[in-house]
Amino acid sequence: MKELVVISGKGGTGKTSLTASFAALARKAVFADCDVDAADLHLILQPEVRRREAFVSGREAAIREADCAGCGRCAALCRFEAVSAVARDSDGARVFQIDPAACEGCGVCTWNCPATAIDFPERTCGEWFVSATRHGPMVHARLAPGAENSGKLVSLVREQAREAATESNRDLVLVDGPPGTGCPVIAAVTGADAILVVTEPTVSGYHDLSRVLQLAAHFRIPAAVCVNKWDIHPEMADRIEEHARSAGAVPVGRVRYGPEATDAQRRKLAVVEAGDSPLATDIRAVWQNWLDSTAESGEKKSP
Amino acid sequence: MSSFPSIAIASGKGGTGKTTVAVHLAAWLAGRGEAVQYLDCDVEEPNGHLFLKPVIETAEPAAIPVPVVDNDRCTACGKCAAACEFNAVAMLKKPMVFTELCHGCGACTLVCPVEAIREEPRGIGTVETGQAGPIRFAQGRLNVGEPMSPPLIRAVKNRRDPAAIALFDSPPGTSCPVIAAVRAADFIVLVTEPSPFGLHDLTLAVETFRPMDLPFGVVVNRADPADLRVQDFCRQQEIPVLAELPDDRRVAETYARGELLFDRLPEWRDRMAELWARIEERL
Repeated sequence: MKELVVISGKGGTGKTSLTASFAALARKAVFADCDVDAADLHLILQPEVRRREAFVSGREAAIREADCAGCGRCAALCRFEAVSAVARDSDGARVFQIDPAACEGCGVCTWNCPATAIDFPERTCGEWFVSATRHGPMVHARLAPGAENSGKLVSLVREQAREAATESNRDLVLVDGPPGTGCPVIAAVTGADAILVVTEPTVSGYHDLSRVLQLAAHFRIPAAVCVNKWDIHPEMADRIEEHARSAGAVPVGRVRYGPEATDAQRRKLAVVEAGDSPLATDIRAVWQNWLDSTAESGEKKSP
Repeated sequence: MSSFPSIAIASGKGGTGKTTVAVHLAAWLAGRGEAVQYLDCDVEEPNGHLFLKPVIETAEPAAIPVPVVDNDRCTACGKCAAACEFNAVAMLKKPMVFTELCHGCGACTLVCPVEAIREEPRGIGTVETGQAGPIRFAQGRLNVGEPMSPPLIRAVKNRRDPAAIALFDSPPGTSCPVIAAVRAADFIVLVTEPSPFGLHDLTLAVETFRPMDLPFGVVVNRADPADLRVQDFCRQQEIPVLAELPDDRRVAETYARGELLFDRLPEWRDRMAELWARIEERL
C-alpha cells in the first residue's frame, strides 16, 4: 500500500482543489482529509457518512468556584497563562478561573490545589468519520473549535484510512494535508511514501516551500513540487523549480491561473470533473508525473 | 495594560490574504504617523518580513523548559512518569524523557520527592525584533521539525510594545496556535474569500471565536459581485463586514513580487483608511 500526502507550507495555494482532482483520477484509492481544523475536501467529494466517532483526547482542568479558597497556587504553577483571578460576587473574595482555550491539560493545578477544588475531566476534541464518496472511501474529521491535539487526530485519520484501504482492497491512500510545518503537518507526513508540495510563484510561496522541503528532508520523505498559478509570476516559478531541484525534490509540473478552480468548487466538482479546460489538462499531467516519480523513487528504495 | 489597541488578523482558511491585510494596515497606519507594531505570529510560515523588509536588530532563541533526570539521585519511584499527561516521561529502569513530547508544564519536576529532576531550556525557535521604517517589527520562526508552536507565539506576543498599535498576524486554522495568537487581542479581523472553501472555513472560525467573547469583523478579500454568500452569512450572523477588497489579478502579481500595493494600486490606501475606521469604531 502506498500513502501519498499533499501539503503546501503556505495556506491557500490550491492543495485541496488539486487533491479533489487527484481523487477523481486515482484508481482504487482511499482519501484522507488531514487538514482537520479547516477541512474542505468533503465540500467537493460530498461524502456519505457511514461511521461517526467522537475524538476524545487529553483532559481539561476546571475550578469549582464554590470550593475555591482563592489561594492562587494554581495560577502560580500554571505555565500556560490559563488561570486568572476573578472577584466573587457575594463576599468580594477572589476566586480563580481557568480559560479552557489556554489550558493544555497538564494537570499540575489539579493535584496541587490544597482545597482539591479542580476537576480534570476528559476532553472531547472533535469527531471523525468513515464515509463513502463517488470515487471511493474517505476518512475525515472535524476538530472542535480551538481544540488541542490536532496532531493526534491527524494520526488517527491516517490510521483509519489505511485500515479502510486494507478492508476495501485498495492500494493507495491519498492524503490532503494541513498547511504550515508544525504538529499536524508532522503528523501528516511522518512515515508517508511521498509528499507533493503545492506552491505558488510568490515570495511567500517560495519562502514556505523551502521550509517544507527542509521538513521533508528531515523526515527523509521523497518530495515532489507543483507550482500552481504559475503564470502570475513566471520567473518566480522557474526559481521555485530550480530551488526544489537543489533541495532534492522533483518538479512535477505547473498549473495555470484561472477561474476554473473556483467555478468547479462552486459546482461541488473537482476541476477535472468539470469539463475540459486547460487547467484540467495541467492537473492530469501533474498527477501522472507525480505517480511516475513515486514509482521511480520506490524502485530506488528497494534494491 | 496598553492604551493602544491590539488587533489580530486571522482566518480559518489559509491563503485568504491575512498577511496582505496586516502589512498594508501597518504601512497605512505608519504613513499616517501612528505608532504601530507588526507581530508575525504565524511562526510556522512567517511571511510579513518579505513585504515589510525589516532590519532585524535582535534575535533570541525561544525555549521551553524540559526535564533532565539526575540518575544518581533518582529512586525510580515512577511518580514523574505517572504525573506526565503527555507521555513524555516513560519509566524504564530509570525515567526516560522524550523531549519532543514535553510541553514544559513542570509536573515531573514538581512531583519528584527527591529533587532529582531539574529543567533545561530546549530551543523551539527564534524571536526576532527590528524596525521596518517607522513600523516596529517582531516575528517568531519555528525550528523546522518542531511540532509545538504556541509557546513561541506567546514569546512573540511578549515583545508587544505597549506604546504602539499592535497587529498580530495569526496562523490559519482554528486550533491551539490560532488561539494563542488571538488571545487577549482587542479585536479580531477575519479575512476570507468568496469561495465555498472560504465560506466553510469562515463558519468554523466564527464558531471558534464566538465563545472567546472577543469582538470581530470580516474582510472579504478577492470579492466577487457574483458570489455574495459570505456577505449573506455575515448578515445572518450579525457580523460586521469591515471591507470588501475586489478580486484583481494585479494584486496577485504585485504580492507575488513581495511589493506593497500602494504604488501600483493607490486606491488601497483608501481601502485601508476605511477598514481602520470600521475597526476603530468598534474598539
